[in-house]
Amino acid sequence: MTDVLNFLVAAVLALCPLLLGTLGETLTEKSGNLNLGVEGMMFMGGVAGLAGSIYYEKAAAHPVAWVSVVIALVCAFLCAAFGAFLYSVLTISLRANQNVTGLALTIFGTGFGNFFGELLGNSAGGYAAVGDVTKGAFNNGIFPGLANIPVVGKLLFSYNFMVYLSIALALVMAYILYRTRTGLNLRAVGEKHAAADAAGVNVTAYKYLATCVGGGISGLGGLYIVMNSSNGVGGVWVHNCIAGYGWLSVALVIFATWHPSRAILCALIFGGLSVMRYYFPVSFIPSSIYEVFPYIATIVVLVSVSMRRRRKNQPPASLGLAYFREER
Amino acid sequence: MDPLNAIEMRDITKTFGQVLASSHISLDIRWGEILALLGENGSGKTTLMNMLSGIYFPDSGHVHVSGKEVTIRSPKDAIALGIGMVHQHFKLVDNMTAAENIVLGLRGSWRLDLKKISAKVREISERYGFNINPDRKIYDMSVSEKQTVEIVKVLYRGANILILDEPTAVLTVQETEKLFAVLRSMRDDGKSIVIITHKLHEVLALSDRVTVLRKGVYIDTVKTSGATAQSLTEMMVGRAVSLNIDRPAPVKPTPRLVVKNVSCMDDEGVKILDDVSFTARSGEILGIAGISGSGQKELLEGIAGLYPLAGASSIQYFPDDSGQATELVGKRPRQIRDLGVALSFVPEDRLGMGLVGSMDLSDNMLLRSYSEGRNFFTNRKAPKKLAEDVVEQLRIATPGVSTPVSRLSGGNVQKVLVGREISVSPTVLMTAYAVRGLDINTSYTIYGLLNEQKKAGVAVIYVGEDLDVLLELCDRIVVLCGGRVSGIVEGRATTKEEVGLLMTSLKKEEAP
Repeated sequence: MTDVLNFLVAAVLALCPLLLGTLGETLTEKSGNLNLGVEGMMFMGGVAGLAGSIYYEKAAAHPVAWVSVVIALVCAFLCAAFGAFLYSVLTISLRANQNVTGLALTIFGTGFGNFFGELLGNSAGGYAAVGDVTKGAFNNGIFPGLANIPVVGKLLFSYNFMVYLSIALALVMAYILYRTRTGLNLRAVGEKHAAADAAGVNVTAYKYLATCVGGGISGLGGLYIVMNSSNGVGGVWVHNCIAGYGWLSVALVIFATWHPSRAILCALIFGGLSVMRYYFPVSFIPSSIYEVFPYIATIVVLVSVSMRRRRKNQPPASLGLAYFREER
Repeated sequence: MDPLNAIEMRDITKTFGQVLASSHISLDIRWGEILALLGENGSGKTTLMNMLSGIYFPDSGHVHVSGKEVTIRSPKDAIALGIGMVHQHFKLVDNMTAAENIVLGLRGSWRLDLKKISAKVREISERYGFNINPDRKIYDMSVSEKQTVEIVKVLYRGANILILDEPTAVLTVQETEKLFAVLRSMRDDGKSIVIITHKLHEVLALSDRVTVLRKGVYIDTVKTSGATAQSLTEMMVGRAVSLNIDRPAPVKPTPRLVVKNVSCMDDEGVKILDDVSFTARSGEILGIAGISGSGQKELLEGIAGLYPLAGASSIQYFPDDSGQATELVGKRPRQIRDLGVALSFVPEDRLGMGLVGSMDLSDNMLLRSYSEGRNFFTNRKAPKKLAEDVVEQLRIATPGVSTPVSRLSGGNVQKVLVGREISVSPTVLMTAYAVRGLDINTSYTIYGLLNEQKKAGVAVIYVGEDLDVLLELCDRIVVLCGGRVSGIVEGRATTKEEVGLLMTSLKKEEAP
């Protein structure tokens, strides 16, 4: 029983970066942009957030937890959004191929993250980490009182603020997409550029905004991976720390059929798969097999989703296409 | 400026690369009138109107709306000026509801109150006598319903200048009549309406004035009351043309295709074709009439081997007069084609089937014949020659045969498709909607080409929408109704009323 409970808690903790990555990419894809640079933007967000906190702690005599957190979030968001902005300029304004540009962004972001991550460590004499104040703020539960309730407390109230933030973000995003005019216009842009344009929607503005904000949200996922200590160290740069989470996010968008609130459940399943080996070890299955579970699940999911062709669950129809009004 | 004028366009010029689409055009649109915009394919009608609706930006010229000079930079500007356009290819988001499409891009409360919006949509629909369900998804709608949504969308935005680009191209006779009634009542409301169409009888029946364009140049504007089909055609084409389709008597007709008990079902198991039997003979044009969606498409695709037919179906093919028959059911499309049964199907989406938009004319010709080559390398000379012939014969407006097909105007794209199919000199030639969206002059060129095929002894099957043409062109007409043959009539002896009745006859029987 305790094992199951611990497993569920670990799964929820592992859900967070995937969910943020997925939400960011969902928003981006709703505008018709297929940004394959999620992995790169997560690297960028992670390193920028880490650097923000470290420099703040260095500068301040008595670092305050919430200030450090806000600085980390803002740095991560802006840096990843900047990556998405580069992507937007290339694909929206210059109408470059989205797949190629996205792949380039992944390569760029990975290099960017590792370079500055190493630089951060080297300049601090080989090892740079955030202090306990920041680390605590990112990892401790925010409802210490409620968390003591047996079972329910641990299951629902023991998490750090990022977990609640990501789930709240999913619900808010679902509301905006399906219940507001902004969401309607955005969905129309992704479905059929020309229709949205003819109806008076500013297609370019919507695409830029959705892609940049989406990139920023993905970047927060990268920050979580860097700051989270559930898998060992936290608050320090680990080489190649994003390790494919960005790509899993891209697949999760499809698994969740482009729906933010469905993404919560999908990310939970993937989170669970990625931590399973710690909780249900089977002696004859090597742990390396466990490690590939999320990736195998990705393949299975992509195949099954592609076979299930329901009108409602299709990708935005204009996904991957550039728009030029006067094109004939 | 004349206060009667809703819009004055002055000296408008627009080029696309090398192509001059509009050349110094000046045009007035008055309040409370229906203006028809007439011209051959590629004469720049749609381009001109797209400059009013904000899709294209003119290279030079001035536009005045209600007396004020304006610059229309985007569709948003056009909407703000009260200009609404119903495009030929509907600008609707398929997986949204009608109501969602209608309020798209509008300002209002941030929260989307779809109930309130649906109520307002219903109110507008009732005022003009439309019948739409605001909560229905666009992909569940028929073409005419989609068009209604587009019109309501324009009205919802408070447009008082309405532009319709070939609104009747895909409508049935009854739907067209209903649309015209609505347009007339809108005109009587004081709104301005511009309608782009190829169908002269519609121009004569509906419009108050007609403006004619030819190759991007303004020709003239005349009062409809003083115009005839003949005079308008001559203005459009720039020379005298005959509006009679000749119909030579068939020479020694022998059966080429004997279609027996053909049935088929769609994905949901609904019967599309039910026990269809007829014979197509050499040297005659067999027309197939019916309300759109009565199974015409499936019938042709079934013969061509592209649509699976039910067990009892039989299609006997006689390649020559010797009486030797080949069974086509069960053969692969390629085999059927090699036997000499050609299908030229002009889909609603011209570029979707049959042509590759980004490839040039000669490469599109090559698509049909690439397998004939015995060499690893393609032979480009023959397709290039063919492309040049088709361009010349059908007067396709293109800078050259190395222009990508997507750069051509819609009608010219269609000419390329039809021209290619006719060029393979088949024994049986099936065409569906060969003249859909084509101007009158090109349509007649195509009728002429079909007649030539007929004279050469080809069995031509012609699926058409325009009853007048079917009655003038075809030797015999098979009338389909709800997937069943409701009658086979002689083209020379029948009347429009008889065919029209047969087209709907089975439905009447079903009614209680």
